[in-house]
Amino acid sequence: MRWVQTHRIQDMFPALNLNNISKSFGLVQANKNIDLEVALGSIHGIIGENGAGKSTLMNIIYGMHRADTGEITIGGTKVDMRSPADAIQYGIGMVHQHFMLIPTFTVLENITLGSEGGLMLGEGRDKALKHLQHLSSSYGLEVDPHALVSDLNVGQRQRVEIIKALKGGAKVLILDEPTGVLTPQEADQLFEILKVLRDDGVSILLITHKLTEVMDITDTVSIMRQGEMVGHRKTSETSPQELAELMVGRAVLLEVDHTPAKPAEVRLSASGLGYTNQQGVVELENISFEVRSGEILGIAGVSGNGQTQLMEALAGMMPFSTGTVNILGKTLTAEDSITPRAIRDLGLGHIPEDRHTHGLILPFEARETMILGFHDTELAGSGKLFDYTAIQQNCADKMTHFDVRPSNPRLNAKNFSGGNQQKIVIAREFSANPGVLLVGQPTRGVDVGAIEFIHKQLLELRDAGCAILLVSVELDEVMSLSDRIMVLCDGQNIGIVAAEDADRQTLGLMMAGQKQETAA
Amino acid sequence: MSKPTPPLPRWADIVLLPMINLFTALFLCGLIVLAIGENPITALEVMINGAFVYKGALGYTLFYTTNFIFTGLAVATAFHARLFNIGAEGQAALGGLGATLVAFALSGLPSIFALPMALAGAALFGAFWGVVPGYLQAKRGSHIVITTIMFNFIAAALLVWLLAGPMLEPGQHSPQSSLLPEATWLTKIHEILAWFGIKVAATPLNTSFLLALLGCLIFWILIWRTRLGYEIRAIGQNQEAAHYSGINVTRVIIITMAISAAFAGLMAINQIQGVSHKLILGFTAGYGFTGIAVALMGRNHPIGICLAAILFGALVQGGTELDFEFQIITREMVLLIQGMIILFSGALAYMFNPPLARFLARFLRVRTKEKNYG
Amino acid sequence: MADFLYQLLLSLDATLRIATPLILCAMAGIFTERSGIVDISLEGKLLSGAFVAATVAAFTGSAWLGLGCAILAGIIMSLIHGFACITHKGDQVVSGVAINILASGLTIVLGIALFQQGGKTPSLAKESRFTPMEWWGVEMLDSVPVLGVLYRQLISGHNLLVYLALLAVPLTAFVLYKTRFGLRVRAVGETPQAVDSAGISVSLLRYRALIVGGALCGMAGAYLSIAQGGNFVKEMSAGKGYIALAAVIFGNWKPLSAFFACLMFGFLEAATARLEGYEIFLIGEIPSQLMQAIPYILTVLLLAGFIGKPHPPAASGQPYHK
Repeated sequence: MRWVQTHRIQDMFPALNLNNISKSFGLVQANKNIDLEVALGSIHGIIGENGAGKSTLMNIIYGMHRADTGEITIGGTKVDMRSPADAIQYGIGMVHQHFMLIPTFTVLENITLGSEGGLMLGEGRDKALKHLQHLSSSYGLEVDPHALVSDLNVGQRQRVEIIKALKGGAKVLILDEPTGVLTPQEADQLFEILKVLRDDGVSILLITHKLTEVMDITDTVSIMRQGEMVGHRKTSETSPQELAELMVGRAVLLEVDHTPAKPAEVRLSASGLGYTNQQGVVELENISFEVRSGEILGIAGVSGNGQTQLMEALAGMMPFSTGTVNILGKTLTAEDSITPRAIRDLGLGHIPEDRHTHGLILPFEARETMILGFHDTELAGSGKLFDYTAIQQNCADKMTHFDVRPSNPRLNAKNFSGGNQQKIVIAREFSANPGVLLVGQPTRGVDVGAIEFIHKQLLELRDAGCAILLVSVELDEVMSLSDRIMVLCDGQNIGIVAAEDADRQTLGLMMAGQKQETAA
Repeated sequence: MSKPTPPLPRWADIVLLPMINLFTALFLCGLIVLAIGENPITALEVMINGAFVYKGALGYTLFYTTNFIFTGLAVATAFHARLFNIGAEGQAALGGLGATLVAFALSGLPSIFALPMALAGAALFGAFWGVVPGYLQAKRGSHIVITTIMFNFIAAALLVWLLAGPMLEPGQHSPQSSLLPEATWLTKIHEILAWFGIKVAATPLNTSFLLALLGCLIFWILIWRTRLGYEIRAIGQNQEAAHYSGINVTRVIIITMAISAAFAGLMAINQIQGVSHKLILGFTAGYGFTGIAVALMGRNHPIGICLAAILFGALVQGGTELDFEFQIITREMVLLIQGMIILFSGALAYMFNPPLARFLARFLRVRTKEKNYG
Repeated sequence: MADFLYQLLLSLDATLRIATPLILCAMAGIFTERSGIVDISLEGKLLSGAFVAATVAAFTGSAWLGLGCAILAGIIMSLIHGFACITHKGDQVVSGVAINILASGLTIVLGIALFQQGGKTPSLAKESRFTPMEWWGVEMLDSVPVLGVLYRQLISGHNLLVYLALLAVPLTAFVLYKTRFGLRVRAVGETPQAVDSAGISVSLLRYRALIVGGALCGMAGAYLSIAQGGNFVKEMSAGKGYIALAAVIFGNWKPLSAFFACLMFGFLEAATARLEGYEIFLIGEIPSQLMQAIPYILTVLLLAGFIGKPHPPAASGQPYHK
């Protein structure tokens, strides 16, 4: 309310100003001496790699975390941001990367939460409804107020989030990686809405790690790397090359030395693979492909289009409903009772998409997490009981070979950096010499040096004859590592193209569901 | 808030912090004793004398300790798989039933056969009472805390029915069974010592104490040295990762609950085959719940569990002494102490962590500095 | 037939009396559990309430003061629970166990210290209890067949707390579904992050839910010791808190359904007392222990998904970390 009254005077000030913000979590410094200025009525991009500290910074602006040091100034007034309630009062709204919605509530209930008005719900709810209808008509944010959130799709849920963020008359809108879950078309729609909002005087902070988005929509951009702000640019005066350089911290983007593949016999294939979940949603539909020894089949697609389900179904972690899978000569149908154990015993290795959830047991020592999945092999000792000398030796060897730092087998898995944690998983799975390897997000949250190492290892394994199926949200990674690329959209195989024929534009259209002439 | 907490040194985490928690609990109990007009120091003295000093005191203390080792191991086994087994009470009751039924069924057989079978009966019946909630948790997602609570009540009702009806000793009015065949009785420790010419006071302490210690060893090997133990711990720390790695989560959860409940069931042998020689209603007397405190205090490690079990054994035994010495403090004081210990060693286990860590960090830094200059 | 109906009526009457503490505790459980806190400490709060009510009533002679202090006692126990598992993010189940055992110990220790009657409190005079209230017009309606008996036995003739318990059900439903507090409580039990990001304090909200729950448990305790009974006896809660928890689960964390579950559990107990020694056609005598175990068995069956599908609050049992 304070905002509205003094609005005119504050026009001359930037919408948001950060001065020397720092924040540590334990021993990790997430933000270091950050300065930032966001102009009124502009779209300002914050770009950086995963783990660069973007989300932490936004959570500080929104009052979810408190900065250790530094000042936040909004419209020329220095503010003490102690909680989201303060942020909302100062006219800041946020759309979180992981939606903050209550699935068992209706859209209207979700929007009412936090601005109920009085002790009773009636009035606040009516106001929220009016507000919702207003935003629906002026920005095209259409959504049924009485639908349960659990029944909405991702795009619709995001609209609810935006409506929520705008409801207090927000003048600064923060969007944290908003397009990660959207198709290119949905992203375009979102951008149209953002432009209208900007023209209405709302300042927008767009957090992303995608260069194209920054170039397409922002007016200004700030670049973060390893917790620090490394540059501010006008979008019209910069180039993707320069931004990439600033993000990564060195001259060129990674170029993988991708030698031609020598594909041999088929080792992994799927035919008519489908999966319908317990709620009756079709998550995988009629997917067929084959991967040969000595090649990498990459999967491209907007995240959430069935990649996770496909990998987990192939790994035996999740059932499938229709079709067959053939792994190293063994054919499996939906009727077979498939377990991860059975699949592993066939000779399949799996680097899971989320190493914290699946790949590692964080409180375990490195040596113990190094035998995860192999604890009943001789790696844990040849006798009935565990042989910790052998376990320790196994871990030490692999740490040396895969350059895990620090190479201390007794250190808990949680105390390694993201890149080294990933190397532990890779060391474990690669060393088993799998005939088929599923690789999910091999370099997510991994520092640059480790990325190169991991890419090199993957190609070496391919050349040794392994059949590799690769999933990554980074289109560049898929394009530079794969020999052929399969595109998933809505749980369907849109097509498979040879890597040399694939360009961003073709793949982008396919990711949006447009079928192309299938090659390869 | 903004100041990060430095990590606590390992020794402080294992020794100092639990001691601080324990003393906070005891201190608060002392305040309550003071508030009701008695001297807490005298009360403590009476309890220590009653638990360790008087003739036969130690035997009684270790007798109770035996119960707590078994129930502590039971709770700890489940804890390692991050399962909360509140059902040790009911599982112990079923264990008693198992031992009794097997003992009666094998009456007439020699001890060498009947005794171990009765022990196995206790373990198996107890295990069964844990397997059902385990199965429901693993297969159907039923919250094991609630199901094990419910199973305690169901077990209690079952025992009341059996002991007031079908199993009631003829001519008896209080709910208890007839005497077990002597072949299934466990030998008293004082009798064993007497064979070697060592004379100690007659106490209910029996060979199940040795079995409990053996249980600790088995527990240690199981959790830290076997493949099953690895699977149990993996599930406890990250169930999704365990599934990913090929561990059969459902199966291991059920097996874990079986082992956990078997330990609880074995508590019954101490009471029934060791002392009363018959199934008596309510013989579990809350020892199953105390197992939670024992496991929490003992940090789910057999050595810790033994120490905590001795503490609680001493509390129970020393507590009975309170009845004789005081007008208004009775053995129920022990319940209060137990509640405080669960609160501070369990629910508030890490309350003192940040201040202690900060204090130690400063203290240690000062000391290193002195070393540098000195 | 008439005799059977009269017996049934008496059973219903007894059902209401048995169900009263269950209903109050169940409503308490709904508030705390819906806010995302596992509440196995209903039992301990109930017991504390019973002890404090009887003690205060014994000293002051006032049932009202007894009730007020019982409510306070319930709230204090709740605050301990909150301190452990909200402020210090301790395990909610462990904290609940601690409170239950603490309540057992404290009530006995203090009871013996105060009254030296082995844990009992002195019997209360009629004036310091909540006694049955006879409603207006009972005499007049007596002459009317059926209705008169119904009015006298079932509607009239209960103590104040029985009516309060009956009132607590619609009130809980109203608060939960029609007020700001209720909306927030339901939200924080499902997705605390959403509540936090809406600028509402998760901790404060959960504390408030706990306080409401503690007050209701305190009332239930007062019912046991100064309304239904005339003094406190050690362990007098006798598992009623757990049955109430079972009713909450059985009622799928909804006030009205939980209320019916309480009535059903109450009826089972009332019927048990009446069926003792009776042979039922074709079935024979039902062991009373089986009847007593039915609430627990039903709850297990429900949790196992054999009767409907349980929908516990999604964030139940997890401390909130930013």
